[in-house]
Amino acid sequence: MSSVFEYAPAPESRSIVDIAPSYGLFIDGEFVEAADGKVFKTVSPSTEEVLSEIAQAGEADVDRAVQAARKAFEKWSALPGSERAKYLFRIARIIQERSRELAVLETLDNGKPIKETRDADLPLVAAHFFYYAGWADKLDHAGFGANPRPLGVAGQVIPWNFPLLMLAWKIAPALATGNTVVLKPAETTPLSALFFADICRQAGLPKGVVNILPGYGGAGAALVAHPDVNKVAFTGSTAVGKEIARTVAGTRKKVTLELGGKGANIVFDDAPVDQAVEGIVNGIFFNQGQVCCAGSRLLVQESIQDELLESLKRRLSTLRLGDPLDKNTDIGAINSEEQLTRITSLVDQGEAEGAERWSPACELPESGYWFAPTLFTNVTQAHTIARDEIFGPVLSVLTFRTPDEAVAKANNTPYGLSAGIWTEKGSRILAVANKLRAGVVWSNTFNKFDPTSPFGGYKESGFGREGGRHGLEAYLDV
Amino acid sequence: MPSSALTAAHPLKDVTASDSALRRFLHGLPGVDAVGLEGRAASLGTRSIKTTAKAYAIDLAISMVDLTTLEGADTPGKVRALGAKAVRPDPTDRTTPTTAAVCVYPDMVAVAKEAVAGSGVKVASVATAFPAGRAPLTVKLADVREAVTAGADEIDMVIDRGAFLAGRYLKVYDEIIAVKEACGTSARLKVIFETGELSTYDNIRRASWLGMLAGADFIKTSTGKVAVNATPANTLLMLEAVRDFRAQTGIQVGVKPAGGIRTSKDAIKFLVLVNETAGGDWLDNHWFRFGASSLLNDLLMQRQKLATGRYSGPDYVTVD
Repeated sequence: MSSVFEYAPAPESRSIVDIAPSYGLFIDGEFVEAADGKVFKTVSPSTEEVLSEIAQAGEADVDRAVQAARKAFEKWSALPGSERAKYLFRIARIIQERSRELAVLETLDNGKPIKETRDADLPLVAAHFFYYAGWADKLDHAGFGANPRPLGVAGQVIPWNFPLLMLAWKIAPALATGNTVVLKPAETTPLSALFFADICRQAGLPKGVVNILPGYGGAGAALVAHPDVNKVAFTGSTAVGKEIARTVAGTRKKVTLELGGKGANIVFDDAPVDQAVEGIVNGIFFNQGQVCCAGSRLLVQESIQDELLESLKRRLSTLRLGDPLDKNTDIGAINSEEQLTRITSLVDQGEAEGAERWSPACELPESGYWFAPTLFTNVTQAHTIARDEIFGPVLSVLTFRTPDEAVAKANNTPYGLSAGIWTEKGSRILAVANKLRAGVVWSNTFNKFDPTSPFGGYKESGFGREGGRHGLEAYLDV
Repeated sequence: MPSSALTAAHPLKDVTASDSALRRFLHGLPGVDAVGLEGRAASLGTRSIKTTAKAYAIDLAISMVDLTTLEGADTPGKVRALGAKAVRPDPTDRTTPTTAAVCVYPDMVAVAKEAVAGSGVKVASVATAFPAGRAPLTVKLADVREAVTAGADEIDMVIDRGAFLAGRYLKVYDEIIAVKEACGTSARLKVIFETGELSTYDNIRRASWLGMLAGADFIKTSTGKVAVNATPANTLLMLEAVRDFRAQTGIQVGVKPAGGIRTSKDAIKFLVLVNETAGGDWLDNHWFRFGASSLLNDLLMQRQKLATGRYSGPDYVTVD
């Protein structure tokens, strides 16, 4: 957009966060080297700068960590709930106190805009710990019978799109219910989990209750397969989720999987257009579209297609892409070169299959991993970009004529994590929401999260729920 | 009978053919989701405006101020002082832009006109039985003609909220048309909706379109005389309306939030709304104004701070 009003750069200070040149694994309350001495580097996706060298967990380390967690479980699970709550409240408060530091750290390591880490990620991280701290001494009243027991050692594997938030979703309910934890963060975003390890020490959390093992898929597989792990929780791709399901099949391990998605955002002709446009933008461009519940399929009623697309394109032209540490940046960097390659190849396929590609005029920085916000029109259910999860800032636009057609198209996907409905007609919201096979259905909004609200999928989007009272069940023997 | 402001070639001329046609059109406009609208306004409020952008924004905001005194106790002396301030907002720094206009009651127009003569500062006057608008149309029109005859460059009229809320849209439309006629070719017309009394965002969008259809040169949030005046959300909504109206008709209409905008920080947030909603075409004082009296001094103090690096304090700007 040409404008006489150019915003000067407004970068958040990096000096608030002190990143050490190297980090160890966090096992039994100590930072230690990997048993085989292996390390890997973590880079900032927006600049490709190496941020730190991280110890890489192997099978031996997984075993050490699980043993530490097993030992800690005896005492931790025996604590009264009100005592566990004290630790969780303390962790929540430290997160709030250090939120600016953690926001900058997350932006450096992940590439997402500071606006999002500051205004979305960190407040939600603290809120999850506060929320589950509140449950710790009320488990008898959670509807699972009197005195529900914890499962034991939880092996948790989390993705790179919301590193600290996914950690909070996993660790807060696990600790509140009396389990101990071995968590493997993603190899591209290990830093905030290691800072969290430091927060656990700051909070005086007993040794071994939380163990953090940065590493690659091998470490995750070893953790999932470890015979002394009682509960597996995984968020990530559907392919890995299926692998995990195969590994734990026939064991006594409890599992929750939160996998991919291809969310439909349905806009009816009586929708509040300006707010729907905001919701579409938020649905697919939040966190560069690297969100499992992203509204990556826009289903728009044919009669308002032209009008809505015009508004949407105009709105996309005002998105600001660039330095994620700039407080005015809306779109940051793609998390890794590997992910950028995947997005690029799917988008190329979309073009090859005949869909019409559009992006606003947008200058991409020279270093780092970047992808301009992209819109595909003339997309049908038969296009690959309407079926495969792209996990990037790419929106596929499809049309429908009747509510039944909208529902049929929305449900015609192997996934079922999220959906959105935009209409001014309340009865239609209820009628359509009831027919959608999706774990979360937002109406006249999108990508809203809250610790009190359960989250999870249907079909290939996984099973089990995180968040809310339902999130407790996954960590209790009920 | 309405003497249509819309020419025969106007793409929307049919919608004002009858009361029912007008109602159908206004009620057919897309709805407004209050939560989403306020969320968007709040998120634009987090834009961080610094250094060169801030200096630019402050000067722009000063040049958009309608410096206003609308008190029963207004005297010619007070109005002359206001005019002098509009022409020379900061006597210690002559690079400070003049304000857009001074805004006074009709009986003060002549005094104001003389006070700003030759400066380029416009004189705006609130006519049509401001602020209640509860007077017969003949009285309102006489009010407008007096102001225009006395030299007013701009007329700020209030709509009949009672008629609007009763759904008598054509009555409101006809009144605006009549006032626009009374303005003649010399005065631009700002139509005030008193959004705080319209109570819903859907009503504000309808009023915006009604005003624009009737030929308003500006649409304005409020009189500054009720509890809820300009807010980021209602201004954002009106900016969407002028943007959409131009897209449909080719006619550009200005926006004026009024009342309650007191700090530079607030003013800059409104400029961000303009920039990212209607766009750069609205970023000058022909198309965007602030109706404010105390805002100017805060802008001046911020300007001095940028120039000198330190805060001066209220005694370093003039009281009026």
